Amino acid sequence: MPTLFPKDFKSVIEALLFVSGEPLSAQQISGILDVDEQDVVVLLKEIKADCERENRGFFLLEIAGGFIFSTRAEHAEYIEKLIKPRLNTLSQAALETLAIISYHQPVTRSEIEEIRGVKCDSSLNTIMERGLIDEAGRKEAPGRPILYKTTSEFLKYMGLKSLDDLPKIKKDELQEAVNES
Amino acid sequence: MVYQVRIPVFEGPMDLLLHLLDKNEVDIYDIPIALISSQYIEYLSMAEEIDLELTSEFLLMACTLLSIKARMLLPKRRPEGEEILEDDPRMELVQKIIEYKLYKDIAGDFRERELNQSKLFCREIDEAGLLKQFPPANPLGNVAIADLLAAYGKVLRKIERRREVMSIAREEITLQDKIDEIIYALAQNPGGLSFHKLFTGLTQRSEVIVTFLALLELSRRGLILLRQNKLFGDILIYFKDFKGGLESAHTVS
Repeated sequence: MPTLFPKDFKSVIEALLFVSGEPLSAQQISGILDVDEQDVVVLLKEIKADCERENRGFFLLEIAGGFIFSTRAEHAEYIEKLIKPRLNTLSQAALETLAIISYHQPVTRSEIEEIRGVKCDSSLNTIMERGLIDEAGRKEAPGRPILYKTTSEFLKYMGLKSLDDLPKIKKDELQEAVNES
Repeated sequence: MVYQVRIPVFEGPMDLLLHLLDKNEVDIYDIPIALISSQYIEYLSMAEEIDLELTSEFLLMACTLLSIKARMLLPKRRPEGEEILEDDPRMELVQKIIEYKLYKDIAGDFRERELNQSKLFCREIDEAGLLKQFPPANPLGNVAIADLLAAYGKVLRKIERRREVMSIAREEITLQDKIDEIIYALAQNPGGLSFHKLFTGLTQRSEVIVTFLALLELSRRGLILLRQNKLFGDILIYFKDFKGGLESAHTVS
């Protein structure tokens, strides 16, 4: 797809994506290149298509509100032989706690415990240490309890573009359950 | 040698309840409470036997189950024979189980996502290393002493310029000042002080007002006399006790 820009821009964007350890948003790139954001999006799509067409070992992953080069999932077994595997996966308790926070945020610890029916201190600590959640101020309620929210690290960890990308739940069912409880 | 039995470990009482409901394949909206609570308590006692530490929440749920069971055994019909539509005592628990199941399912989805994501590798950037390679530009790199002097001079000039601007305090004239002034002027003009002249040369509105107020005050105290010889003519001001002035004024008119 021909564009109105010098071919260089696509190359520059590739270079930016290559050195960045964090997902780069189209807005950030447009700020660096001084090019319209819409045009950056077009170029990003081209880069993505290039990777697919040439079946490169990496592809352009859209995640946490930005773009980042990522290796293909099918290469994981080889990569793991090269570099040390990732951190341990999360426990069931941590995943459940994270699930509740991601749909209820900002939410207090006691609200999470109300749903899970068990104490959540340790799983909260775990996901906090992993940078998946953060404090989001305090609730204007007795004791001013700490509120929790998910971070962009959470989006990256789960491979989500944004919170809207969370798996849709049967909202009616949830709402009903929430209203009743 | 201790004989060890593996039994599933549950995240909490809700998890255990869900497991029992699944195992018995019962309708969540019509839980056979007697069956479920006896199985639940059976699990608790088994766990106790094999030294599995259970949190107090498991016991709390056991109490809830038993309390529901008891309420369901109570007759719904009141002695008077009145039909009372009571809420199903299981409802609250059912809602909680449904909500918990929702998040448990999402946690399952998260588990899958976590696994998928763990197969993707992005570049890990060693920021500290990069900083070493690209040292930040010295912001004072191109500055010579002359630049510094010039900048200092600029600052000094700015300060000088600022000094030129001064605020002028508004002149404030008190009523008493004005009264004294008028009395002095009257003494200077025994032949009568022109009202018109009293106000000429005044630039501030406040001074005009104060002057007029001073005249009114002097008049009220009975210290001055005011005389207008013809319609729309100038008003002449005299000291009341300065007879000569009055006389002369009369003669003038």
